[in-house]
Amino acid sequence: MKKVLVIAEHLNGQIQDITYELLGKAKELAQGGEVAVLLMGKDMQDAANSLGAADKVLYVDSDALAQFNPQTYFLTAAKAIEEYQPDIVLVGTTSQGMDLAGALSARLKMPLVAYVSALEDGKAVSQLYGGKMNVEVGLTTPYIAAVLAGAFPADKGKADGTPEVVEMAAPDLSGAKVRFKQLIEPEAGDVDITAQDVLVSVGRGIQSEDNIPMFEELAQKLGGALACSRPIVDNKWLPKSRQVGKSGLKVKPKVYLAFGISGAPEHIEGMKDSELIIAVNTDAKAPIFDYAHYGVTEDMFDLVPKLMEKL
Amino acid sequence: MNIIVPIKQVPDLVEELEVDSSGKALDKEWLKFRINEFDDHALEEALLLKEDLGGTVTVIALDGDDVDKALYTAAAKGADKLIKVTGVDAELDNHKAAMALASVIKDMDYDLILTGVQAVDDLDGQLPVLLAEYLGLPHIEVVTGVKVDGNVATVQKEFSGGIVGEYEVDLPAVLGIQAARETPRYVPVAKVRRAMRSAEIEEVSANVGDVSSALAVERMFKPETGGGAEFLTGSVDEIAAKIVELIKSKI
Repeated sequence: MKKVLVIAEHLNGQIQDITYELLGKAKELAQGGEVAVLLMGKDMQDAANSLGAADKVLYVDSDALAQFNPQTYFLTAAKAIEEYQPDIVLVGTTSQGMDLAGALSARLKMPLVAYVSALEDGKAVSQLYGGKMNVEVGLTTPYIAAVLAGAFPADKGKADGTPEVVEMAAPDLSGAKVRFKQLIEPEAGDVDITAQDVLVSVGRGIQSEDNIPMFEELAQKLGGALACSRPIVDNKWLPKSRQVGKSGLKVKPKVYLAFGISGAPEHIEGMKDSELIIAVNTDAKAPIFDYAHYGVTEDMFDLVPKLMEKL
Repeated sequence: MNIIVPIKQVPDLVEELEVDSSGKALDKEWLKFRINEFDDHALEEALLLKEDLGGTVTVIALDGDDVDKALYTAAAKGADKLIKVTGVDAELDNHKAAMALASVIKDMDYDLILTGVQAVDDLDGQLPVLLAEYLGLPHIEVVTGVKVDGNVATVQKEFSGGIVGEYEVDLPAVLGIQAARETPRYVPVAKVRRAMRSAEIEEVSANVGDVSSALAVERMFKPETGGGAEFLTGSVDEIAAKIVELIKSKI
């Protein structure tokens, strides 16, 4: 029997899916022990009602916790872990989790394994090298696991019921060196890629910004839109509104044509539910092919002109 | 404005990865290394901040594969000072790497540390946050925008779905950079060669005490490919025809 603590994630007052994904896994890992969720926020007690799969919600209320803050959430979580003494701490490999996991590990001297895609008693698999290699590590409690979004089903962490809510006091957060200012919603793009039947999506493999127009033309011929993976946006070749993935948009078109996309977990999360996925990449081992229905390893610069001819 | 940029070399994922005979590590014989792409963005943001505000950019890296080349490339791009930290093997161990860097950085004069938000081999968590904790500094991960005014930085942190949080942080601080405001600059090889002749790499030995990830790697293996894609074969023309047919069956 284990005590498992899940660090809840919320944005704009909404509990995020990762929390349920972790909660389902926590119940399995607890083996009849206790599953608690750490919920930090301001006037968020009611959210405990959506965490019915937990035995207990440890709730910390403070103005300094109203929105995610890398420092106040870290200090509060560190205090909660010291008081609750869990065997296992589960956190997401997410924007919020990445600010917490390493800091907690260093401060509390608890080992941390990140990018976890599989987890069972005493053993974790970490997905490294852009999804091209797995590393299995042995674990002895207490430890922290930072779990990839989408690695475990959210359904298993959802249950009716009202868990016991235990209020915990926040540490002194008055001198915080990080201060939340505001949340900025994404700017609406010229095209809504979530509303398209056909997406032509390009990744690093297209090599140059000069090749963007060719794919734009292909997308137009198909009556769809041009989308992309993260590196294209980081390089400013396309606006953020075109980005598919965890930090971009989740899409579910009828047809998803991926060119030069290797298929990092961040990208896969945003497109894996597309009805028909055709991936073009000269690297036959690229992870994208695990998720695509059809694969092509020909050079895209030979293929695309032929496609245009036939449309 | 003095900025420190820790960088590291990672395997170039364009190459095929293989496991070595121990079954627990990458076979390095045929690997090519390149700078962690997010470190490249961190360096770019640091150079842009220096151009705006003056000051210096110091690039620091643990000794390892092709590190000298990465440091000279940084000098060619505009870094003022290069430091190589020796005596530490921190493969798949960011706790150790962060402590090694912290042991050198703690005695330096700086306002800001910018480094890549993550790397492809962060088995035990991301470096920026570990480094911040070992230095006793505040941190923000997944940063896509930095403005500095006096001793305070205004920072944009990206959440899922493109939502951005804006934060103020007192300096010094460690920021994990996701993307610089400009595409990382390119330097021609000739300029890197000139930097190799003119720039100097200062070597400093590190002290990490007993800090480590405390993780026991049991095996490294390629993910099972779950059947996945049916590969289309034939001439490019035949493949194109098949793709058009597939698409038309859906729309």
